[in-house]
Amino acid sequence: MDIDFIEEDKLLVLKITEEIDHHTTDRMRRLADYEIQRYSPRKVVFDFSGTSFMDSAGIGLIIGRYKMASMIGAKVEIKNVKENIRRIFEMTGILKIIPIIGEEDSCEEVI
Amino acid sequence: MKKLYDNEMNLEFLSKSCNESFARIAVAAFASQLDPTIEELSDIKTSISEVVTNSIIHAYDSDDEIIKIHCKIKDNMIIIEVSDTGKGIEDIEQARKPLYTSKAELERSGMGFTIMENFMDEVKIESIVGIGTKVTLKKVIKEECEDIT
Repeated sequence: MDIDFIEEDKLLVLKITEEIDHHTTDRMRRLADYEIQRYSPRKVVFDFSGTSFMDSAGIGLIIGRYKMASMIGAKVEIKNVKENIRRIFEMTGILKIIPIIGEEDSCEEVI
Repeated sequence: MKKLYDNEMNLEFLSKSCNESFARIAVAAFASQLDPTIEELSDIKTSISEVVTNSIIHAYDSDDEIIKIHCKIKDNMIIIEVSDTGKGIEDIEQARKPLYTSKAELERSGMGFTIMENFMDEVKIESIVGIGTKVTLKKVIKEECEDIT
């Protein structure tokens, strides 16, 4: 996971760089929690541009970080989600509380 | 004698979480002979990841137990049986329910079976407490690749 903190916006960008499953979320969870506590951001953005696979472990990962961010008053957003991953998010209904922002067209990539 | 299936494949691996990606990639590679769309392949990969993770997390307490996958192809259908010899599921109806999880402390979302049911054509769960669980997933690969968008 690549970490980027933009001081003036208090924006923490966590770019996921590997496939997301039960095996890989353990490490990502610890790292994300550490960075959220370290920076106390106003907003946490999960950037999915570096991954092409996610199963339900990713839902747990994002909801868990949402709960943590909420405790310090930070928002959580996700971006650059490929179509197969978007379908999983849509199925769970969590996009109502954690929106997908700044759509880059990912449809062409899939085809 | 006429064979029942056009092709078959067996996998056997230890219940280590690093094998989740191995299992989904191996099954996807086997399924690719049916010329699936990227979307269909992704559906299979995600479903395999869910079912194998279930065996690793719920069926077994240790990571040196055996998980077996038996894949069969008949015409344009792939049938994937994933079995373990673990604890078994007490209440299958409850396990199937969206958002139900017995492992909330592991941040499990309870969406595993819901995802499988959405992505596959058929999901059958057979389980005996103390003996093990077998999940059978079926998917028909469409002849033409239409409406990917």
